[in-house]
This record gives sequence, structure tokens and C-alpha cells, in this order.
Amino acid sequence: MNRWWLFVPLGIFALFVGLAAYQLTQPKDDFVHSEMIGKKLPQFDLRAATGGKPGTSTADFTDGKPKLLNIWASWCIPCISEAPQLERLQASGVEIVGIAIRDRPEDVERFLASYGNPYSKIGADDLSEVQLELGSSGVPETFVIDGQGTIVYQHIGDIRASDVPMLMEKLQEAAQ
Amino acid sequence: MRQLFATLLALLSLAVPLAAQDSLPPAPYAYQQLDDPAQEARAQALMETLRCLKCQSQSIADSDAPMAGDMRHQVRTRIAAGEEPEAIRAWLVERYGDYVSYAPTVSETTWPLFAVPLLIVLVAMLLLWRRMGRRKEKAA
Repeated sequence: MNRWWLFVPLGIFALFVGLAAYQLTQPKDDFVHSEMIGKKLPQFDLRAATGGKPGTSTADFTDGKPKLLNIWASWCIPCISEAPQLERLQASGVEIVGIAIRDRPEDVERFLASYGNPYSKIGADDLSEVQLELGSSGVPETFVIDGQGTIVYQHIGDIRASDVPMLMEKLQEAAQ
Repeated sequence: MRQLFATLLALLSLAVPLAAQDSLPPAPYAYQQLDDPAQEARAQALMETLRCLKCQSQSIADSDAPMAGDMRHQVRTRIAAGEEPEAIRAWLVERYGDYVSYAPTVSETTWPLFAVPLLIVLVAMLLLWRRMGRRKEKAA
């Protein structure tokens, strides 16, 4: 009775069940991560989205100082919840450049008047062109850019209070 | 009756989306086809195989998300400027990874998907061939 090979299909089946069970215990990641990490910022030159701040271009990111590039919009609800965190970051000396996606100047104005304006510059991206160039798939997203204009980190979703120290650390690493 | 119909029609034309995601009008080529039918056909074929990043189980051709509209605008303007569809796909893959494309490609991670079925067919043919051979021997 040497029919061991009859159990091979059962073994394979068990393997699949095991694999599926393992995958079920793994946390799910629905985010589409940018492939642009480690690469230079794309070329862009955006007009001012207003809020009294000038527009922004690639050249703003090569002055040797690491910055945050915040992709947001006045119509974006999670952007409201991250506003206090951006203010905290700015208060601790971080320069935050904003890019407003598909936004009207009056809406930008209203949003900033209600939730604070932590930005040094805000560019208007009316056709999501820069967003697509960055490999960003939604709002809000925040990129850490080093002083030479290289993208070093992408934070997807709103910045929570618990994310602030991590972002500060990324900025410090980028400064070295 | 006719009046009722007219009133209903008027009401329907007043219907507006409940909560728009943003207030800007769609990008020029989000819903506007290219003038050249051949170019439009190529753009359409490409858009059907690109994933909407906001609504991840739809293609950008199928989605009404503003971002999908902006992606269609990119595809159409690039095609109109003479860019090859595969170059546009490559441009997006460079930014978002393979995930943005629905067209299957053989890569470092996907080659088993193509190799395993071939292997199974080969093994099955080998087994069949051996069995048939044995049967012939018995018959002889």
C-alpha cells in the first residue's frame, strides 16, 4: 500500500488554506503608494491658490531646507481634521507648502479663514496635473521633500496627532 | 397629462448632484472626445485598462470621480499630442506602480502566474502520454 501520492492534492489544498488564513490575519493596505520616493520632484509652476500666499514651483524646494508638501483641498473633509496638526508643525518651525487640488480661490479663502493657514505658499492644481506627476492618489497627502528637491517620504491620509513626531523625525533625517 | 409630463421634465432638469466632491467644472477632455476618431479610439482603449485610483475597482473610463476625469484629460491630450498609448501607461506606472494598469505584464512578481499554468499543462500531458502508452502495451 504505497499510495502516498494520493495525498498530494490534499496537501496542496491544505497549503492554500494555510496561505489564505495567513493573509486574513495580515493588515489590509488599500493605499496606492507613490513610486516617486527617492526621486526628484517633477517640474511644475503653479499660480497662487490665494489665501494671500504666493503660488509655488519646483525651484522653491531646492533652497537646502527640508519642507512638507501638503496636497489638500477645501472640499476635502479629512483636510479639516489635519489642520490643527499642520499648525503644530508650522509652530515648531516646519515650512509647509500647499497644493490645492481642483479648488476655487474663494473656497480656499473660506477654508483657511475657518481652519487656519499654516502654508508659506499655496499652488493651485486645477487639473490634478502635479498630483498625478507626484504619484499621489488622493487628498490629503503629505510629502517630505529634502533640501535638494528629492521626495523622501509620503504620508497618505490626514495627519493625526500621533503622526507629528514621526514627520518631525523624517524632516530631521532629510536635513542630514 | 401633457402638462404633468412637462412639469416632471422640468423637475428632472433641475436635479443636481447632492454632494459634489469639488466645485470646479470637469477638465476639458474629461468628458469631451477627441476630434480624430482614430485617436479617440486609441485613447478609449487605453482608458479602459487604467485603474481609477480613487475608486479602485473601476477603470478611469468607467469612473465619474473628478480625479478619473483629470486622468482621462491627461490621456486624451497626450494622445492628441502624438504620444504612444504604451508610453502614457509607462508614465503612470512609473508614478503609481503596476497597480494603476489593468493590462497584465510579465514581471518579477507576476511570472509564476504565467509559468504555473504552462507547467500544469505539461505535467498533465506527460501523465496522459504515459497512461496511453501503458494501455497500448496491455492491448498488444
